[in-house]
Amino acid sequence: MTKKNIGAHALADRLFRFVTGTAAALAFVIIAGIFVELVRNSSLSLREFGFEFLYSLEWNPVKQTFGAVSSIYGTLVSTCIAMIIAVPMSLVIALFLAELAHPTLSQVVGYGIELLAAIPSIIYGMWGLFVFAPFMADHVEAPLEQWLGFLPIFRGPPMGIGMLTAGIILALMILPFVSAFMRDVFNMVPGVVKEAGYGMGATTWEVTAQVIIPYGIKGLVGASFIGLGRALGETMAVTFVIGNSHSVSASLFHAGNSIASTLANEFTEASEPLYLHALVELGLILFIITLAIQIIAQLWLRRLGKSIGGGL
Amino acid sequence: MRLRRTMYRKILNQTVNLTALLSACIGLFFLAWIIVEVMKRGITAFNIDFFTKLPTPPGVEGGGVANAFIGTLVITVISTLIGVPVGILSGVYLSEFGGKSLLGKSVRFTLNVIMGIPSIIVGMFVYTLIVIPIGHFSGFAGSVALAIIIVPVVARTTEDMLNLVPPSLRESALALGAPHWKTTISILFRAAKSGMITGILLATARISGETAPLLFTALNSPYWPSSINQPTANLTVTIFNYAMSPFAEWQQAAWGASLLIMATVLATTLTARYIARESTSWKT
Repeated sequence: MTKKNIGAHALADRLFRFVTGTAAALAFVIIAGIFVELVRNSSLSLREFGFEFLYSLEWNPVKQTFGAVSSIYGTLVSTCIAMIIAVPMSLVIALFLAELAHPTLSQVVGYGIELLAAIPSIIYGMWGLFVFAPFMADHVEAPLEQWLGFLPIFRGPPMGIGMLTAGIILALMILPFVSAFMRDVFNMVPGVVKEAGYGMGATTWEVTAQVIIPYGIKGLVGASFIGLGRALGETMAVTFVIGNSHSVSASLFHAGNSIASTLANEFTEASEPLYLHALVELGLILFIITLAIQIIAQLWLRRLGKSIGGGL
Repeated sequence: MRLRRTMYRKILNQTVNLTALLSACIGLFFLAWIIVEVMKRGITAFNIDFFTKLPTPPGVEGGGVANAFIGTLVITVISTLIGVPVGILSGVYLSEFGGKSLLGKSVRFTLNVIMGIPSIIVGMFVYTLIVIPIGHFSGFAGSVALAIIIVPVVARTTEDMLNLVPPSLRESALALGAPHWKTTISILFRAAKSGMITGILLATARISGETAPLLFTALNSPYWPSSINQPTANLTVTIFNYAMSPFAEWQQAAWGASLLIMATVLATTLTARYIARESTSWKT
C-alpha cells in the first residue's frame, strides 16, 4: 500500500466520522427546534393570556378567549385512569410471562401482547368509537351508575363516550410497553436470589412480593414512567372516544377533552392567528410535560443500569 | 394454627397466579376482539372500486380510497428514504465513534427522549417549520414529520445491532488495513444486516399507521396525489375524516381503510419479528 493511499483512507475516515457525527447531532437540532418553534408560534397567546392560560376555564374561539384547564384536566384524568388499570395489570402479566408460564406459552402470549402495541392508534379509535363505546354504555357504565351512582365519579348519563372509556383504551395501549419492560426487569433478577426464596419454602407470590419486586423496584417504576409518557401524548384513540367538549366534570362518564385531542380536533379550524397560537401553546405545555417525564425516566433508568451492573 | 397459615398462603398464591393468568387472557382477548371486529366490518367495504376509484361525495355509490392508498405509500416511502439514512448514520456514530464520549452519551439520551415525544407534537413542529412558510399543506411535510419519528428508532436499533457484532470481526478487518468506513459498510453492516432490517421494518410499520402528525402536514385530499408539494391523500387521515362523518357509506369506507392499515402494519411487524428470530442464529 502506498503512502498516498493511506493518506486518502485517513481523510475518508475523517469524513465518515464527520458525516455520522453530523447525523447524530441532528437529534439536538430536533429537540431544540421543537422548543423554539413552539414558543415562537405561541407568542401571541403567551403575551395575551400569560399565566391565566393555565388556570382559565374558558375556551371560546368566538370570543377569542382561551384557557387550558379543561384540556389539562382531561389529559391528567384519562392518564390517571390508564395508569391505575395498566400498572397492576402489567405487573401480573409480567409475573405470568417471566415466572409462571411455560417458556413456549410465555413466548406466544408475549407475541400477542406485543402485537397489541403494533396496532395503530387510529384503529383503537375506530374500534373504541364504534364497538367499545356502545359496549361500555350498556354493560359497564349503566351498571356502575346503578350500583355506585352515589359516588360523583359514576354519576351522569352512560353514553359510552367520555373519560372512563378513553382511560380504559389508553390503559390497553400502554399495557404492552409496560408489561414487556416489567418482564425484562423480572428476568434481570438473578436466579440465585429467586431460588434462595423458593428454597426457604416461599410461594411464587411471596418470592415476587418480597424478593423480585424489592430487587427490581427501580426498573418497575421506570417502566411505569415510560407508560405514563405514552399515555399523556396519545392522540387519535383518545380523540375518537373522549367526546371533545371543553368542560370539567367530576363524572367519568362525561365527555371531556385532552390536550392532544383538542389539537387534533381544532387545528384545521383555527383560522385566526390567536386561536392558532393558543393551540400551539397547548402543544408547548404537552411537550414540556412529556419532555420532563422522559428526562426523569431516562436519568432514573440510567441509575438503575449502574446499580444492576454493580449489584451481585 | 400452622396448618391454617399454610392454607392461607397457598390460597393467596393461587389467587395471584389466577389473576396473572386472567390478566394475560384479558390482554389477548382485547387483541382478538379488535382484530376480529376490524376484519368483520372492514371486509364488507372491499370491492374493486374500493381499491381503484377516487372517493365520492356521500350518497354517490362506488367510491374508493385508491388515492389515499397511493398517498400513504408515497409519504411512507419518502419518509423512510429521509429517516433511515440519518438514523443509520447516527447509529454508526454511537457504536463506532463517539458512543462513550460526552457528545455520544448526550446524543443517545436525546434520541431516547425524542422517542417519547408525542407524534402530534412532531407534526406541529413540522407545521410551523414547513407548512407555515410555504403557505399550504404538503405531502412532503408529512414525510418530514414521519422521518423525524423514525430517526431515533433506527438509530438506536442500528447501534444495538452493531454492538452485537463480535469485536474480533471489526478488529480483523481493521488489522487487514481496511479503512473504518469500509469496515463499517462491508463487514459490520453485513453482519448486523437482519437486525438492522428488523429495526427499519418495525419503524416503517409504526409510521405507516401514524395519523396525528399527518393532520398538521399532509392533511388530506380527494384527488390523486399529483405532487408531494400539495396536500396529499392518505389512509389514516381519511379514516379519521370518514369515521367522524355522519354518513354510513363513509364510515363503511373508514372500516375498509382501517383493515387495510391494520393488516399492513401487523404483517410488517410479524415479518420483522420473524427476521429477528432467524437472525439470532449467527451469533452462536
